[in-house]
Amino acid sequence: MEKVKKIKAGDVRTASRLIRNLEDGVKEARSTIKHLFPLTGKAQVVGITGSPGAGKSTLVDGLVEQFRKRGKTVGVLAVDPTSPFTGGAILGDRIRMQRHAEDSGVFVRSLATRGALGGLAKAVGDAIHVMDVMGMDVILVETVGTGQQEVDIINHSHTVLVVLIPGMGDEIQAIKAGIMEIADVFVINKADREGSSKLRREIMAMLDMAPPETFASGWRPPIVRVENAFEPDSFGKSMEELTDTIAKHHEHLVAKDLLGSRIRRKAAVELHEAIRSCVLEPILNHLVAEGEIEGMIQKLMDKKTDPYTLAEEVARRFLKEGV
Amino acid sequence: MAERKLRVMVAKPGLDGHDRGARVLARCFRDAGFEVIYTGCHQTPEQIAAAAIQEDVDLVGLSCLSGAHRYLFPAVKKQLVERGADDIMVIGGGIIPDQDFQYLYDNGIKAIFTPGATLDSIVEWINNNVKPRE
Ligand SMILES: Nc1nc2c(ncn2[C@@H]2O[C@H](COP(=O)(O)OP(=O)(O)O)[C@@H](O)[C@H]2O)c(=O)[nH]1
Ligand SMILES: [Mg+2]
Repeated sequence: MEKVKKIKAGDVRTASRLIRNLEDGVKEARSTIKHLFPLTGKAQVVGITGSPGAGKSTLVDGLVEQFRKRGKTVGVLAVDPTSPFTGGAILGDRIRMQRHAEDSGVFVRSLATRGALGGLAKAVGDAIHVMDVMGMDVILVETVGTGQQEVDIINHSHTVLVVLIPGMGDEIQAIKAGIMEIADVFVINKADREGSSKLRREIMAMLDMAPPETFASGWRPPIVRVENAFEPDSFGKSMEELTDTIAKHHEHLVAKDLLGSRIRRKAAVELHEAIRSCVLEPILNHLVAEGEIEGMIQKLMDKKTDPYTLAEEVARRFLKEGV
Repeated sequence: MAERKLRVMVAKPGLDGHDRGARVLARCFRDAGFEVIYTGCHQTPEQIAAAAIQEDVDLVGLSCLSGAHRYLFPAVKKQLVERGADDIMVIGGGIIPDQDFQYLYDNGIKAIFTPGATLDSIVEWINNNVKPRE
């Protein structure tokens, strides 16, 4: 396939167009993914999550620089929210990364959530595959950062960075609400600000309270302080330390044979997603397009039947083997 | 198939650092239902073209208040063409004297909007003239 060849050769135009088609749900794009899939699995994927304004994009920019210095090519997928009212979106993460725009070893692509919950866009998984086949050594994925439970990132990453900043009382709350379970590395960003030592102590205390089996594999999430992004020297040092920490975590995954379980988790999620979009969605779309769904809803309102009976009827009609 | 969504880049080439207008425009495009990629100030034509291709946009909207539009706008178009992306449309806005319009049109700029143009008229032009590429 011509497209596959071009993507393997790193052609940005073809790749970005394919990502666009995947976002837009173009059928033909799906068949391209079928050809790409066997070629995937080489890239190291690092997820970056944390509240809006925590400095995630600035951090990504710093990491890109570090990985480039170490001779790695880097893909970036930056997700920003779609407005639920207009369907439009402002994708502004790129502003912080534009200095790499002309580096052919860096490919930055912004994605809008388009209604997806969980902090990512639906196309992220496939976009990672595309960048992987292009030969990107490292792929950095920046989540929306709504402060909600952005746990989807763990399904796609080998290493997850949770970015926190001092002086936001609700941070630890957010951690308790489930972010902690996904962190492989904690980053205290804007550590020049007041309260960074306190935040560090709070994270430590929280890790201390975690049930012992949490760190059974021998990895207790380290806390990396990142100095003011506007002081290039100290910020650069922090970025070096963070990049080293990411590398250490990856080595740990390899050494403890844990990479497999992360890859398995991703495969399982992808399968679920694929079944949803190849089986469930077409059936629902059909019922909506034919106007049947309205009749069904009316029947429920009139108490003529119940949701399970209707769903079972649908299953009998559309699924040959039955479930 | 889900509907095609228009992707638009708003960029400020050159030296002027006043991006209030560009930000207003970005918000207005979002409200019109477009996905807007905003790249910030002080962009070179090379950076803008590279970003537009990485983002697979349908349209690049350039804003320039410094008076250098005669150089900068065509330079962006030229960079896109050189990178094989001649199908990405370019429009421009800013303080642009009437006598420069034809020169810009001749150099591939599809539309020009001066400070008098309403935001609605810009959105309307885009809706009428830019279709998400197949
Ligand atoms: N004081 C300070 N500000 C920072 C630092 N890092 C980022 N910022 C600023 O914080 C704001 C949000 O940064 P951004 O990277 O876009 O955050 P994101 O929303 O998490 O991606 C920007 O205005 C940055 O310039 C830092 O280390 N110290
Ligand atoms: Mg960001």
